[in-house]
Amino acid sequence: MTDIGQMRGGSGWLALFLALVLGVLVLAVALAAAIGDYGIGLGTVFAAVTNGLGLTHVDIPPIEQSVVWDLRLSRALVAALAGAGLAICGAILQALLRNALAEPFVLGVSAGASTGAVAVIVLGIGAGGLSLSMGAFAGAFAAFALVALLSNGATSGPNHTILAGVAASQLFNALTSYIVTTSGNAQQARDVMFWLLGSFGGVRWPDFQLLLVVVALGLAICLLMARSLDAFTFGDEDAAALGVPVGRIRLILFAVTAMMTATIVSMVGAIGFVGLVVPHAARYVVGPMHMRLLPACAAVGAVFLVLADIASRTVAAQQTVPIGVVTALVGVPFFTLILYRSRPKG
Amino acid sequence: MSVVARNLVWGVRRRTIVQDVSLSVAEGEVLGLIGPNGSGKSSLLRLLAGLRRPALGRVEIGGRDIARVPRRMLAQQVAFVQQNAATDTNVCVRDVVRLGRTPHRSALSGWSAADEAAVSAALARVDMSGHQAQPWQTLSGGERQRVHIARALAQTPRVLFLDEPTNHLDIHHQIEILRLMRDLDLTSIVALHDLNLAAMFCDRIVVLQAGAVVACGTPEEVLTPALLRAVFRVETEVTPSGRPGQPHIRFTAT
Repeated sequence: MTDIGQMRGGSGWLALFLALVLGVLVLAVALAAAIGDYGIGLGTVFAAVTNGLGLTHVDIPPIEQSVVWDLRLSRALVAALAGAGLAICGAILQALLRNALAEPFVLGVSAGASTGAVAVIVLGIGAGGLSLSMGAFAGAFAAFALVALLSNGATSGPNHTILAGVAASQLFNALTSYIVTTSGNAQQARDVMFWLLGSFGGVRWPDFQLLLVVVALGLAICLLMARSLDAFTFGDEDAAALGVPVGRIRLILFAVTAMMTATIVSMVGAIGFVGLVVPHAARYVVGPMHMRLLPACAAVGAVFLVLADIASRTVAAQQTVPIGVVTALVGVPFFTLILYRSRPKG
Repeated sequence: MSVVARNLVWGVRRRTIVQDVSLSVAEGEVLGLIGPNGSGKSSLLRLLAGLRRPALGRVEIGGRDIARVPRRMLAQQVAFVQQNAATDTNVCVRDVVRLGRTPHRSALSGWSAADEAAVSAALARVDMSGHQAQPWQTLSGGERQRVHIARALAQTPRVLFLDEPTNHLDIHHQIEILRLMRDLDLTSIVALHDLNLAAMFCDRIVVLQAGAVVACGTPEEVLTPALLRAVFRVETEVTPSGRPGQPHIRFTAT
């Protein structure tokens, strides 16, 4: 192993790593608020934030105050929370399903959410932005319920659950395509496409507040069960032999991941690859034990999506690239590097 | 701690796999479970360890019905070593042995001196103290099985269950693992394939056929040519090995 491999056992190393990543996160959020078609200096950003928090009353142009506080800051913070949430979900599912490929969308949750959202956009069930989120949320939970039913509750083996997830994804993707091709016009198809690849456009403070509650609660529950998750290292039966109530833990953690994923997808669409890449990267730095891995995943996931959002807004002039495109384009080479570095030696 | 099973019955759907098994193991005794493939050794072992619930009958460990003991409390007293438990996770030896402390720790409690002592003692017991930082994937089969036993010992159990712990090991490591088990001074119940190893390392042997106990006693009492012919369909010559109570079984070709 490398030096990192030997260092990763210490709790000092974890604290240092978390402090470092959180520092980068603050910087990234500040940059996200500063960078854009309408460039704003970092000093003004700082003033706008303290103004917004009611701490100061620095005199800056109202337009800049509004752009930083009402548009960019809320957007950057939602991106951070979405990244944190998706990364936590990925780490949980990889442990529970004992599969390195598991990520939130393997349970068909994103496909279900897409179908729900598309039903709202194209078929016009309900009206307005709120109902799109509600549609996505309902679809996500419908998919989760179907997977739970197909995989025979929380008792069956991990492969069974993954197969059920694949089946549910196929079903809901087919439904989405069916609705779009039979009922949608070109503009709607474009809207749907954009949503399917993820977008932070249009998120505001209420989204942040809801997501903050959901992600914080999710992380807290997962941390409480971190020891039990570790016990799944050698499989369900081994966990049971170590005194873990396997069925109950699986059910609770699946429900928590479904809840977090559904909330995130209903706000910002299906952002792929974060849940897959970030846990692998974090594991490489802090090791596989979940008490350390979950906070590291949350921090790294947050930074990853904030940076990806900045990239999505700046890569093409006058246009926003879907965030899912950025995460995949950045994520795949990075993932390749991790796979290469962590290959078994000897 | 003693282990007593009373009239255990267990099956999947309509197929009965364990049929009315009763047995008792005294404190400190090593009991071997032998029988042909599909005779219900693994299933019986899991019923005894509380990993499965019997349809009928009950298991008492230390005089208490284990169906009424919470899973975590049970895991503080009973450890289970699976055959060839594997993982893709990049864990190191110490991480694996630390898992053995799971039933002794609450959700947020820190790592105590008692935890540390149990892990160090377990690693020393299986002679793996020098390999603490070694990644799991780089261990040999024998080392992996020793680490699994260390993890079980870190649970500080009173009873140890082992499901064919010598599978896929060469003869040197088979004997090494079983000698380790015998010298532990725990009540141990071990499912084994190799009849001579069972004769060498078990105080008593239970023979299973089609889910039922067909013989139970010391190796000398149980391992007779007539029984081996009836249960395993092999012809054997059984001779004294020179050690008291440990017969030697030689298989003949006809």
